[in-house]
Amino acid sequence: MHLQADVLIIGAGAAGIYAALEANRAGASVLLVDRSLIGRSGATVMAQMTVAAALGEREPDDPSFHLSDTLAAGRGLCDEALSAMVCEEGPGRIRQMDEWKVGWARDGEHIAQVHAPGHDRPRCVYVEVLATGPAVSRTLRTQLKRTPEIRTIGDLVVVDIVVADGRACGAVAVHMASGEIVTLEAKTVIVATGGLTRLYRRNSASSNMGGDGYALALRAGARLVDMEFVQFFPIGHLAPRLVGMDPIMWDPFRYKLGGRLLNAEMREFENDYRNADTRSDGKYLLTRDLATYAITQEVAAGRGSPAGGAYLSFQHIDPDLIRKTFGPIVERLEANGIDLEHQTIEVAPIAHYHMGGVRVNTRMETDVEGLYACGEAIGGSNGANRLSGNAITEAFVFGARAGQYAAARAAKLNTAWSDEAARPILDMMRSASPGSGRNLAETLAQLQSLMADKVGPFRNEADLQAALGSLAGLSEDVGERPQATGQPFDPVLLDWLDLRNMLLVARSVTTAAASRKESRGAHQRDDFLSMDDNWAINQTIALREGKLHLGQQVPNDKKVPA
Amino acid sequence: MKGVLEIQRGALGEEPAVERFEVEFESGQTILDGLRFIRRDQDETLAFRFSCINANACKECMMLVDGKTAYACTERLKEGVTKLAPLPKKLLVRDLVTEIAPPDERLELDS
Repeated sequence: MHLQADVLIIGAGAAGIYAALEANRAGASVLLVDRSLIGRSGATVMAQMTVAAALGEREPDDPSFHLSDTLAAGRGLCDEALSAMVCEEGPGRIRQMDEWKVGWARDGEHIAQVHAPGHDRPRCVYVEVLATGPAVSRTLRTQLKRTPEIRTIGDLVVVDIVVADGRACGAVAVHMASGEIVTLEAKTVIVATGGLTRLYRRNSASSNMGGDGYALALRAGARLVDMEFVQFFPIGHLAPRLVGMDPIMWDPFRYKLGGRLLNAEMREFENDYRNADTRSDGKYLLTRDLATYAITQEVAAGRGSPAGGAYLSFQHIDPDLIRKTFGPIVERLEANGIDLEHQTIEVAPIAHYHMGGVRVNTRMETDVEGLYACGEAIGGSNGANRLSGNAITEAFVFGARAGQYAAARAAKLNTAWSDEAARPILDMMRSASPGSGRNLAETLAQLQSLMADKVGPFRNEADLQAALGSLAGLSEDVGERPQATGQPFDPVLLDWLDLRNMLLVARSVTTAAASRKESRGAHQRDDFLSMDDNWAINQTIALREGKLHLGQQVPNDKKVPA
Repeated sequence: MKGVLEIQRGALGEEPAVERFEVEFESGQTILDGLRFIRRDQDETLAFRFSCINANACKECMMLVDGKTAYACTERLKEGVTKLAPLPKKLLVRDLVTEIAPPDERLELDS
């Protein structure tokens, strides 16, 4: 089957849907595809958290203040033009979502704004109760339904982007339910596939966040940037077992109520790790990279909780206040056997977000003509560490921008589709066989353990080199010919395609991490403990003839391709 | 602890067959955990939908658990037998996967 559109958008989270709405508004015909259900997969729907924008509803604020906090969190590596775009255009998108009835929580007549760590003032909006992501997803799905001109197709897994004469001209995909190979012809293509947290054993995102877009972009010839910077969320839920909740749900509890982080000696330890550039609101002390460091250090020193993290306690807080603030959530916790009045829970760092990604300019253009990227899939706006609240904002802002620019460009282009250019990908898919009997679901679990153990928040040369060796071995095992059963909704083929992407992305992260011989933001090395001014540079990564090539750039260099 | 999952399998148009899988689990683990263990340790061809894993956000893992519609990601594993089947009122794709997308998000292959 062959489908055509002006603009093809891969990934239907907040960034992809915003791109679709704006590309349609600009007059382009739009095809929005997702490997799962439209507007339900990926990270957006999982976000129970807050969204940062300088609305100035609670006290005066300005995008420049938000930018200053974003750049400080990024530890010198932000692409300031991209960061500024998030801060300047964020408020407009937040208000647009408000008009679309997302239901931002109110503080009297004003949109409520809370003070999240790393921000200099209350700046983060949310939807009660812990419902920000589901509300954002529902609102954007409603906008899609009101725009029937946008063609949406779920259960469609993009295998590769087709590049003809240096121009992205579409993609090859496989339809999960039927197994049918589908070719997608487009004048411009937008990657909006989100991050890579599935590379890690413990993560806060959905099962389709294996870094697809990074692999698609690399194989299409685009460079990635800042791939070594994986954000670990410091207080992901660890124990006791909790289901039906996002594992990062404890953060809003801490914003609103406080909450003590304790080690095995039942002593608060955050103050031991404070440093000069951390702004404190008195309740919640450390930015994410420092809190991750603090907990990991406590565990390494033998002061961890039984399950290998830290204790989080709300026992000092009036139980009526907890119930008043988080009533429905308290009931869900009780259904999980968790009673905050009488017990502590255990938390530990969990893979949460990727700062790195596809390298783009301020028009969201990659190195490849006609190929765009947006949302978490791009790198640059967050540098070495993302400020809390910026992820959904950037999804809106970059998504909208990508849609506008990709539509404008498509209006000036003829199709460049080429069957010849698609053939190698089609040939690969047609070469699928039942394979070696290796269980790919198990291989995938091995990859996640390897990344967690060797390329986690704390790294050293020996671990990283060992990881590169193991990744090469796993790549060889997985091979270059797809494994498949030939049955409808084939999870074996999906695992193979996922491993093909995840292994390439894991190699990119590990290669960049091994090269960066310092500690900065989310990249911490126990063999290079401090930040080194000589490393105030971004690393880029490109794929040529199967090999990854590292490059360097000074942050904020003009980089509009000729 | 040990439980048994009796899973209705087969694609649309095939005679459905029930297969038994023994699953070892810890207290608090879910049906979805069990299905993922089966894929990793016993039969990687087993088809079921999920996206958000255990957050109950994506709503994709809906199926029949002992005859009642439930989310596999929040329903707990238990000792003894648990019967799993695809949603009866949705078009079957294969095993526990049904066509749950709204019609305007589907690929119509004859188009």
